[in-house]
Amino acid sequence: MDVKDLVRDEVTIRFAGDSGDGMQLTGSLFTNTTALEGNDLRTLPEFPAEIRAPAGTVPGVSSFQLNFGSIEIMTPGDACDVLVVMNSAALKANLSMLKPGGVIIANTSGFDKRNLNLAKYGEGKNPLDDGSLSKYTLLEVDVSKLTKESLSDSGLGYKDVERAKNMFVLGLLYWMYNRPLESTIKFLEKKFGKKPEIAAANIKVLKDGYHFGETAEIFSEKYTVKKAVIGPGEYRSITGNKATVLGLVAATRQSNLPLFFGSYPITPASDILHELSRLKNYGVYTFQAEDEIAAVSSAIGASFGGSLGITSSSGPGIALKGEAIGLAVMLELPLVVLNIQRAGPSTGMPTKTEQSDLLQAMYGRNGESPMVIVAPATPADCFDAAFEACRISLEHMVPVFFLSDGYLANGSEPWKFPKAKDLKKVNVKFEPPRFGESNGDQFLPYLRDERLVRSWAIPGTEGIEHRLGGLEKEENSGNVSYNPENHQKMTNLRQAKVDKIADFIPLQSVDSGNEKGDVLVLGWGSTYGSIRTAARELREEGIDISHAHIKYLNPFPKNLGELIENFNHILVPEMNSGQLVKMIRDKYFVDAVGINKVKGRPFFVDELKRQIKDALASNS
Amino acid sequence: MSLETLIDLHTKNGNDEPVKYTGKDFSSDQDVRWCPGCGDYTILKQVQNTMPDIGVDKKDIVFISGIGCAARFPYYMDTFGMHSIHGRAPAIATGLKVSRPELSVWIITGDGDSLSIGANHFVQLLRRNVNVNLLLFNNQIYGLTKGQYSPTAPEGSVSKSTPYGSIDHPFNPLALSLGADGTFIARAMDRDPRHLQQMLLRTNQHKGTSMLEIYQNCIVFNDGAFELFTDKKSRPREAIYLEDGKPLIFGKNKDKGIRLDGLQPKVVSLTDGTYSKDDLWIHDEKDGTKAHLLSRFFDQHNPADEFRMPRPFGVLYAVDRPCYDEGVNSQVEEVLERKGVGDLDELLRGPETWVVE
Ligand code: SF4
Repeated sequence: MDVKDLVRDEVTIRFAGDSGDGMQLTGSLFTNTTALEGNDLRTLPEFPAEIRAPAGTVPGVSSFQLNFGSIEIMTPGDACDVLVVMNSAALKANLSMLKPGGVIIANTSGFDKRNLNLAKYGEGKNPLDDGSLSKYTLLEVDVSKLTKESLSDSGLGYKDVERAKNMFVLGLLYWMYNRPLESTIKFLEKKFGKKPEIAAANIKVLKDGYHFGETAEIFSEKYTVKKAVIGPGEYRSITGNKATVLGLVAATRQSNLPLFFGSYPITPASDILHELSRLKNYGVYTFQAEDEIAAVSSAIGASFGGSLGITSSSGPGIALKGEAIGLAVMLELPLVVLNIQRAGPSTGMPTKTEQSDLLQAMYGRNGESPMVIVAPATPADCFDAAFEACRISLEHMVPVFFLSDGYLANGSEPWKFPKAKDLKKVNVKFEPPRFGESNGDQFLPYLRDERLVRSWAIPGTEGIEHRLGGLEKEENSGNVSYNPENHQKMTNLRQAKVDKIADFIPLQSVDSGNEKGDVLVLGWGSTYGSIRTAARELREEGIDISHAHIKYLNPFPKNLGELIENFNHILVPEMNSGQLVKMIRDKYFVDAVGINKVKGRPFFVDELKRQIKDALASNS
Repeated sequence: MSLETLIDLHTKNGNDEPVKYTGKDFSSDQDVRWCPGCGDYTILKQVQNTMPDIGVDKKDIVFISGIGCAARFPYYMDTFGMHSIHGRAPAIATGLKVSRPELSVWIITGDGDSLSIGANHFVQLLRRNVNVNLLLFNNQIYGLTKGQYSPTAPEGSVSKSTPYGSIDHPFNPLALSLGADGTFIARAMDRDPRHLQQMLLRTNQHKGTSMLEIYQNCIVFNDGAFELFTDKKSRPREAIYLEDGKPLIFGKNKDKGIRLDGLQPKVVSLTDGTYSKDDLWIHDEKDGTKAHLLSRFFDQHNPADEFRMPRPFGVLYAVDRPCYDEGVNSQVEEVLERKGVGDLDELLRGPETWVVE
């Protein structure tokens, strides 16, 4: 049979199987190879909520979606072109994600009676042979059997053989998309360095999968995706949580401060603790605290001592930290709070993404306790946003919220990483010692400079012993004060200090489209890719639409109001029921309209385009 | 191999000459605002008087408190200090001590602060054995909120929130601390300043979390809660002062002793000729089992019981165990030694890169 080699601009593949089938690894390896081939890409892993849901059932399905292309790729793709399913449950859980006419590669041994029952397909029903998949191209491969055959001489036990079957699928897809095997082979050799027989077996299965594509004669097409035109430079692949870690470390290296990280495990933030705990030789101290409150409190203690105190969590954990964060507001010490948002309320959906903690970050503390908020737009942007969060916190002696989310945390993209020498300097100066009694003035811990910032006076400094606390402070001296005028003044000062930071952040720019025009789509956080793609496609359809993405959410960039005035319609898509839109309407008195989705899933481009059109239609 | 940070560069500027202080040097310019007659005053005084003897420069001393009457304490000490939030002082102190192990860190807390809202942090601190000193002001009442029963208030306590008597079973702070594997556990009282000073010195000397419970009289809401032990008349019979290596003797004319019958402590008379000093329990601060027994001398007072146990004061238990803060720092040092100071560019590059022309 002749195999046609077709060129594609963009392809979306979704790997789905039981959590034990190694789909995350398969997806990551395909991603690495694809990145090395020079494609632009985005990925989205989706994990089951349970750690070990019963094998073969729908709740136990784990999937990994990858969108790659020779054009700009900003999202993991709405629906996929190719769906790889290792068992019946994987098909059941993921079929809705496949485009009409898409390709299904099904591991037939995952469709035996047992698996079909576990997936609850109903007595005697098998989607592979009942015609229900006729809209799609169905390619049936008995991956389990072929893997067994491939390893028949290896002497490996049943379990090891079973575990290698994802490599067969990977090899097959490498053939389909003309990808080289080298980087995966290198990875396997390294991963199983101590078990060369396992490495050899996996490599053999990988190669056999590749050759199967060539010889099996069930595939009539293979595809080439050319290199993307992305700026020249050296790239790496990075997830949001990893980029966050690098941003934090870079900022503390740039300020030459120790990084103290107090944290309590929680999905989807725990990876940050894992990664940082490995970086001790970068001056990183990690503390797995007894609870969320101790985590943030320990970070405040470290900041009092002159380290940069950082804490991380997700929704419910942030709620627990609230009181202590308020203390940091009062103490005016540096503190960075990472909120890797998940779907709420309460425990909500821990493995699903949402942007519903913006107002919590703004207002979720007792009394008036303003904080700075920054939010990354893409996985790689987590680096810049985390760096900025640290810079602002250190230079302005103020706690800062960093609002990432599950989608950014686990998603990945190619990143043209910076060189250390090109990073901003972070300027930190401790209050100097005062020697001898003659040395004049008493130290005033709440004296402010022209930016309204007080000085960082750390223990171990002669002559500036002082006391801080959560009780209201007298201006300048910091002594406890219940004076009504003073409380008004200090409340205003704490707010003014945060507002003033607008002078020290970049102006808001338009991400794409005209600086002035009919429609402005205002976004924040992880919706960046979907909005950017939707706006581009709508412009191609002739709509006058621009996109601006806000990374500094409190204070807003100084020119945001002017920018908004340049447009007739302001649309604000968010993965919540309308939080940024409230802030925009409140601050600028504009009739901004929200486009909202609260499903634990990011916006699809098509859905967003439709909703933008609908909003414009009902608004004009 | 080490990483010289801004903190290292900054603190090098310090004056390294040992400074001679008096108690007055430790009193801040703030007016002390406890109720007149509150036990907190004498504790403050004893702490201020002890500070010159601990041999630490003022600039390196930090007092951290939570919330409650006692928590005002740091404001009155002319050292570094933080009056933080309810129950969290141990966590804040842990962060500070781990990142600045050279500092002398003191936690000031109360029975509500450490045994109710912050009980979790209290036990975690003890199990980690962070090298800090914790002074637990126990007055068996919520003073700052004006008189509710506390987690150390005896059953039946009548307070604003328990008009018919408390039904809660109280904590035994020393037994709790032992249960959390604390390495230094001691008790003192506000009304015996000399003994309190000795205990403060011991607290400071011990490496690890030093837990000193101080019976403190709240004159306004719970006056006389510890009178049995603090009153000069009843004290000899009801309190026993522990000394390492010495037999357990108490009573008005040192006429009573405590004997161990297997694991059963018994009060015996030293005057009726049955037992002498040599038959008594010899206090051993390093003996965990005996410390547990001592911590259980905690029954509600029953004057009818001639053989009732006195309440022990002094150091019940003091042993060495590695400290968390030291462990964290030596692990960092070890990794630095092995891997060298991390190179930021290498970290940014990651394991695998590709070049786009
Ligand atoms: S209420 Fe009690 S504990 Fe508080 S200051 Fe007054 S006497 Fe002291």
